[in-house]
Amino acid sequence: MRKIKPKMCGNHCTRIEHVDVTLDDNHILNDVNFHLYCGEMLTIIGKNGAGKSTLMKALLGEIPYKGRIIFEDMRNGRRSRMKIGYVPQHLAFDKNTPTTVYDFFASCISRRPVWLMKDKKTYEKVRKELSRFQAEELIDQCLGDLSGGELQRVLLSVATCPMPNLLLLDEPISGIDRNGTTLFYELLDELKGKYDISILMISHDLDFVYEYSDRVILLDRTVEAEGTPAQVYRTEAFRRTFGYAEHPLFAATGAASEDRIVSAATDTAPTDGSHVAAPEEEPMAAIPGAASMEKAPAGKQEE
Amino acid sequence: MFQYEFMKNALIAILLITPLFGLLGTMIVNNKMAFFSDALGHSAITGIALGVILGMTDTTLSMIIFGILFALLLNWIKYRGKAGAETVISVFASCGLAIGLAVLSMGGNFSKYNSLLIGDILSITRTELTGLLVAFVLTVIFWLFCFNRLHFVSINPSLAQSKGVPVRLYDNLFVVLMAIIVMLSIQWVGLLIINALLILPAAAARNLARNMRTYHLFSVLIAVICGVLGLVLSYYTDIATGPMIVLLASGVFFLTFLKRA
Repeated sequence: MRKIKPKMCGNHCTRIEHVDVTLDDNHILNDVNFHLYCGEMLTIIGKNGAGKSTLMKALLGEIPYKGRIIFEDMRNGRRSRMKIGYVPQHLAFDKNTPTTVYDFFASCISRRPVWLMKDKKTYEKVRKELSRFQAEELIDQCLGDLSGGELQRVLLSVATCPMPNLLLLDEPISGIDRNGTTLFYELLDELKGKYDISILMISHDLDFVYEYSDRVILLDRTVEAEGTPAQVYRTEAFRRTFGYAEHPLFAATGAASEDRIVSAATDTAPTDGSHVAAPEEEPMAAIPGAASMEKAPAGKQEE
Repeated sequence: MFQYEFMKNALIAILLITPLFGLLGTMIVNNKMAFFSDALGHSAITGIALGVILGMTDTTLSMIIFGILFALLLNWIKYRGKAGAETVISVFASCGLAIGLAVLSMGGNFSKYNSLLIGDILSITRTELTGLLVAFVLTVIFWLFCFNRLHFVSINPSLAQSKGVPVRLYDNLFVVLMAIIVMLSIQWVGLLIINALLILPAAAARNLARNMRTYHLFSVLIAVICGVLGLVLSYYTDIATGPMIVLLASGVFFLTFLKRA
């Protein structure tokens, strides 16, 4: 697991409380509860049909749900609505739509119609925003001509303009090559540290999730397991879902595991960087709200 | 040829209608709504039938009101998100068309509505031109103030929603505008080909354009040039104006398609 330096202002919290979703008599989410803190990346994993995308839609306010989703921004003792940024899985546009990155971005941040002459000020602003994610050279390219990784960087810069408190990412890296994925995660990591935003992501890429997430939730209609990647990846629920017992990342005796899996026990232990998972250690209990729920931020350590 | 009053009026009508079609078409094609606008065009005949049943002398009003309601209904079906929305829309459109045809053909009198099917731009009057002018001004204002939001929604509604754009409102405003334009121009352009005029200029422009500015420019230019040229050619060849314009626009589309391929 990577170095994690918790740096939180403590002003923001996203609380998902007893969220229940039923669509067309189909009970998709059942009593989902978790908190998300600022400066934290929380990844939701789970098999297809586990309700991950439904949860994202509920967070975006697109579908009705029971329960409470509370975004809190408590500055100066006042609660105000948090700003949400969203990075969709893909865009539904036709590949040969003549929309450039500038057209797309300017449509989002400016009222000046993009079918008229380009506005120099907006153009410079868009370029500046894109440059944060190494995408400024894409400004005049058509959206349909971008590679998966390029498009995701553009979407990330749109989602973070203005900078949100909570960034939602719906399987952002599906279909992107490994280099693109690494760059994307590095950018997220930088974002999280620099701007103290919370990141909630759905992902299938278990290796990268392990590497970059502060906390992981295994969802299967409800929270099946929750904790640091090391904790969750070693639960029974995880093995049941992904059947990865033999994977070098997770196998208790695998050589690769030694330098990567940090024991759940070390979360509260003095951290000198030498604590690694004991091969015979018991997996974390697969119960909702297990372990580090209340002290998640403290569950990070420096290697 | 333009010494005749009816030709002057027709030319003004073409100059008002075609740029509107060029503008609206860009978004209709972006949103893959060709099917939607086709259904909307078909509903015009139901609107006229309703006007006839209600004893209205000017059926344009009943057509516009019905068109707006029909467009909002289609949008509602679309938003319910059930599979097969296209089939449901098609059923509604066919049903509406059948009702219209049934009512209008009562007593074997349908021939007087023939012009509705293929359009008759040469019969447009000055008063009717005023209506088109108002629609033209409204559409340009709408396009100036709302295009960015519409464009953002068309790329990804969820993303637009996350940025606080009232997605449903903009979508509904767009279909209402589309309904008004389609209903106002359908009797001049013709029910059978109005959709072709909405789609073709934008579809051809997509083959050439690389950004939103050129997309709009080409779409409007293609629409206006084909419109005016179609009017002139129809005068000399004695072919109905609507089909002539569509033929020209189709030709442009195939040429641009070849260029792209």
